[in-house]
Amino acid sequence: MILNQLPALQVTLPLIAAPLCLLLRSGRAAWLLCVTVSTIALGIALLLLDEALEKGLIVYDFGGWAAPWGIEYRVDVVNAFVLMIVSGISTSVLLFARISAASEIDDDRQSLFYTAWLLCLTGLLGMAITGDAFNLFVFLEISSLSSYVLIAMGPDRRALTASYQYLIMGTIGATFILIAVGLLYLVTGTLNMADLAGRIPDLADNRTLRAAFAFLTVGMGLKLALFPLHLWLPNAYTYAPSAVTAFLAATATKVAVYALARFMFSVFGTAFAFDSMPLQLILVVLGTAAVLSGSTIAIFQHNVKRMLAYSSVAQIGYLMLGLSLATAAGLTATLVHLFNHALMKGGLFLAVGCMAYRLGTTRLADLAGIGFRMPWTTAAFVIGGLSLIGLPLTAGFISKWVLVQAVLENGWWPLVVVIVVGALLAVIYIWRIVETAYFRTVSEGRDDFVEAPLALLLPTWLLIGANIYFGIHTDLSLNVARLAADFLTGG
Amino acid sequence: MRDNPVLRVVTKIAIPLILLFALYVQFHGDYGPGGGFQAGVIFAAAFILYALVFGTRAARTVVPPAVLRTVTALGLILFAGVGTVSQLLGSQFLDYDALADNPLHGQHIGIFLVELGVGITVAAVMITLFLAFAGRQDEP
Amino acid sequence: MNALGLYNYWIVIFLMMTGFYVVIASGNLVKKIIGLNLFQASVFILYISAGKVSGGSAPILREGIESYSNPLPHVLILTAIVVGVATTALGLALVVRIREAYGTAEEDEIHRQDESL
Repeated sequence: MILNQLPALQVTLPLIAAPLCLLLRSGRAAWLLCVTVSTIALGIALLLLDEALEKGLIVYDFGGWAAPWGIEYRVDVVNAFVLMIVSGISTSVLLFARISAASEIDDDRQSLFYTAWLLCLTGLLGMAITGDAFNLFVFLEISSLSSYVLIAMGPDRRALTASYQYLIMGTIGATFILIAVGLLYLVTGTLNMADLAGRIPDLADNRTLRAAFAFLTVGMGLKLALFPLHLWLPNAYTYAPSAVTAFLAATATKVAVYALARFMFSVFGTAFAFDSMPLQLILVVLGTAAVLSGSTIAIFQHNVKRMLAYSSVAQIGYLMLGLSLATAAGLTATLVHLFNHALMKGGLFLAVGCMAYRLGTTRLADLAGIGFRMPWTTAAFVIGGLSLIGLPLTAGFISKWVLVQAVLENGWWPLVVVIVVGALLAVIYIWRIVETAYFRTVSEGRDDFVEAPLALLLPTWLLIGANIYFGIHTDLSLNVARLAADFLTGG
Repeated sequence: MRDNPVLRVVTKIAIPLILLFALYVQFHGDYGPGGGFQAGVIFAAAFILYALVFGTRAARTVVPPAVLRTVTALGLILFAGVGTVSQLLGSQFLDYDALADNPLHGQHIGIFLVELGVGITVAAVMITLFLAFAGRQDEP
Repeated sequence: MNALGLYNYWIVIFLMMTGFYVVIASGNLVKKIIGLNLFQASVFILYISAGKVSGGSAPILREGIESYSNPLPHVLILTAIVVGVATTALGLALVVRIREAYGTAEEDEIHRQDESL
């Protein structure tokens, strides 16, 4: 019986835990509740993935109202994979958050922090699991509003302006999505994604539908920080608390990419998105621009968190290049990179969080000589960096390899050059940190710090270890991504 | 404004009426226009009027922030709890039919409790928002 | 159907562009929030005006009435309004905190202060 309820529990469990967390006075208890719920959510996601691999599709009707009228949750391999990424990252980052957040956030705000975290988790999981277009907007706003709160809790006052900037741009993006959903409803009279997919092919020349698609792409582009629309991202990631940066960098943009892919491939369909609309050209140009400009700007940053944030902009470029191919192979590359990039950026931002915990700063100049004082943290960072570059035996290599293969399948060899140049630029910015950490001496008056505590190192190494594990064993990541891509393009 | 007798008297007469109207909108929502969102806002309006006339410090003694925080959470728990109870009874989340032997009766109970949860949370959140903004100056 | 027959869309577009312009052009953080509100409100009108059925009555079941307006857009927009209220409240709360931290709510002044750090 409980197995039938899993799709609902995936979202309602963190939703119910959020007000309970608000009632708790002690930050420690709130953290414990948050970790427990997140771990159970991970368990549910794994069970759902297993079931989806077996059955193909799990449908859950809310309130007992059948599909086109009620809200339904549709779990297939694609979103079960995304659910696993989100809940897995949330759980591992939460293990890190207890000490890290306690050092950055006032005691009386701890339980509020974890309440916002749970709501953000609810929103992200809900966005991934729902089969209803309007419901997706609501969950998008739940996750966005709570992430503005989480970012504003950063220790620096610039966290406030970063959060404000994100709020303005995020709300414009969400309102664009709302317009798109409204136009879709006006044309088709339905909000259910599967129902929409059935009605859109008859309306391929409809101008309202084209407008809806354009609004949706721009709105999602704002939420996933597609190049020219990424301006909110560097500040938000730089000034948010360390744990929040790791959580959001590894999940929030990923879920938006998933939602865009879902609309492109299964709601509007490849024929509409790529033949009736010039989406391919736009994604290739913007993806290339994102890879090159994001990596180049990252080289000139003086703050490690900001450098990684620009690197995220570049990585989103790779995801878009994979989508632009409009083939199963390209989609596989995007989905596998979704998973691997979550592991890399999660691990890297946690390693930076360890440094911030001991040093109280993430400025590059202050990290001089850190390689010998905090050997484990720096080693974790270096391995994460190698994965980001795409060295063999790391998860990053698998993503790059699959992407290059997919690009060559289409015969678009200039894009291979872009991918290689992007990797070379990544070598430069990662090298700057390696050089500072190992080849410079500790600056005067800054020699009082030691290795980060074990409670921070363990979650960091969990994610960094996963980078190596999934660089060698690709059963879970690559094979599931391949099945998911086949499902999206074929079904 | 608490020195103005006209305002004070009018406020004292108006507040019970506003509260009563809020309860009417809340509980008559099953049969006519109304419901938790509207009722919650009207209910909160009574407290905001009180705070405007008698000051935020007086309003804070009537509804302390800790109480508001608890009530906000309880409303949401009531809402989600109804869904969970219907799950425990072997039906889908928020399927009211499962709440009683007769589906019509079940729908009635379900809507009533869910709207109550919504009303409580909306009222508490509205008062919290007002006090959070208006009371900012008083704090050290 | 002539251009004026779709006047509700003209209103929506006018409001939307006004709001969008205020968000982009205004340097004051509170005014930006007001622009954002206007922008959102235009979408609410888009939904609500689309729910009206010519000659349809309020969607409450009664005898002798056959045509009802579509209540679904209203329900959707009720949710969107709540989201809008939450966004406005959060945005204004951030502005209050920014003003306490920087002593101003003007964007240029905040940039100047951050650069001098």
